[in-house]
Amino acid sequence: MECQDCGQRDAKLQVTTIIDGEMLTLDLCSECAAERGAPTTPPAPLADFLAQLGPEPPGTGVLSEPCPYCGITEGEFRQTGRLGCPQCYAHFEPQLRGLLRRLHGSPQHVGKLYMSAGSEAGDEIARLSAMRRRLKRAVETEDFELAAELRDRIHEAESAE
Amino acid sequence: MIRRGGELTSQGLGWAHGDGVDSEIVVSTRVRLARNLQGYPFPLRASEEDRARVLETVRSALGSITTTPDIDVWEIDDLDERQRDLLTERRIASRELVGPGRGDQSHAALALWSDDSIGVMVNEEDHLRIQSITGGFDPEETWRTVDRLDERMGELLAFAFHHEYGFLTACPTNVGTGLRASVLVHLPGLVLTKEIRKVLEGIGQVGLTYRGLYGEGSEVVGNLFQISNQTTLGKQEEELVGHLTRVVAKVIDYERSARAVMLREAPSVLEDKVWRAYGILRHAHSLSTEEMMNLSSAVRLGLSLKLLKMPRVQTLNEILIFGQAGHLAYAAGGSLGESEADAARSAYVRTRLEADEE
Ligand SMILES: [Zn+2]
Ligand SMILES: [Zn+2]
Repeated sequence: MECQDCGQRDAKLQVTTIIDGEMLTLDLCSECAAERGAPTTPPAPLADFLAQLGPEPPGTGVLSEPCPYCGITEGEFRQTGRLGCPQCYAHFEPQLRGLLRRLHGSPQHVGKLYMSAGSEAGDEIARLSAMRRRLKRAVETEDFELAAELRDRIHEAESAE
Repeated sequence: MIRRGGELTSQGLGWAHGDGVDSEIVVSTRVRLARNLQGYPFPLRASEEDRARVLETVRSALGSITTTPDIDVWEIDDLDERQRDLLTERRIASRELVGPGRGDQSHAALALWSDDSIGVMVNEEDHLRIQSITGGFDPEETWRTVDRLDERMGELLAFAFHHEYGFLTACPTNVGTGLRASVLVHLPGLVLTKEIRKVLEGIGQVGLTYRGLYGEGSEVVGNLFQISNQTTLGKQEEELVGHLTRVVAKVIDYERSARAVMLREAPSVLEDKVWRAYGILRHAHSLSTEEMMNLSSAVRLGLSLKLLKMPRVQTLNEILIFGQAGHLAYAAGGSLGESEADAARSAYVRTRLEADEE
């Protein structure tokens, strides 16, 4: 079928639009569809990401060992874009570091800090300071409900020491 | 209290009320956080036993949270295909959660607070997806809702966290904050004035991404676009949410100007189009999903420009939910062929519009 706009190229897309008050579905080539404002290739994070991964690792072409915890191979990861377990991040770190930088613009987390329940005593101090940081932000963003909750928890933790 | 999720009635419709901030342009705001438990492979890699254990662990954590509203938990393995469709059509569960392709041992579940304020998907691509959907434009408050539950869940569960990479997720595109904030916007003005391409390109250039409402490739249906943050690592949660908020506020401004231009330059064309769309929706005896979405887009535009006084925005939102194949089949009590579904859809729409005329 030929494009209903230019009548030259092959129609590849259906675009629903309104022309002179009429709601129409047009068969268009991608150029004319773009002309009408249709997002012909919406950016898909995962597709971009897999394209960046490529089928082979850069350089040597040598794949690393499978993750010792979940058994996923680098090839499987490159195929699916999914890691197998939290330990994969340490195991595939050499490959991931550059990738994360390209994907996100930075490989360093600066958001919420997390200390899991049942952490060691040394972690307890870090946990408290993380909570204090959260409290400060809660006050700054006027989230008084969260602030009150955090204040209680900090108080609890301090009196338990 | 935790309840076993029963028949779906009005649950999951909380975002559809139609009177949130900027609701003449913004349908809804969603924020989700991806979290995983230490010591288990991610769900798609985990054994069936591990997924079952993850679900039990999360369920018992939910049980010890003291919440005023009850929490309904639906185990996806127990639901038939139609019930699964209801969850995705209400946008409270993802396709990834309910399948197809998950088998009947996924141990995937949806926990939903009975006031619709927040929910948790368990054993989706990540062990937990904490998410909240609000009607209208409210990223900051929606984020705070999710943040508060994350804080409590984080004390009850041991999340996988890395000092450099933050919260660890199955897909590296979600790692760090695990945060995805998105706003569903209705942009007929920008589409009609052919400004949409520029705007969408601009969105891509400032680190955000977009897609059509139900993500079905390149076709623009119903002029609905979902705009969200693309990156999750290297910025604080508040920065990500703030950036999205500022950019979408700009898009809303552009849409308002485009509507004003159309109203100024082609008022009678616009009025005719809106009323024609209403006429077809109100009287047709067969409607495809696509027709329904496109016509209701024109009616939605007409409402916001005060060219129409009815139906209510809530009705239009609910039509987009109850007019979908799964809901129609569920209401009919059996599966429907395409032409039967088109007939059932038009009957449903007629009834809803008629009720609003009174
Ligand atoms: Zn063409
Ligand atoms: Zn692994």
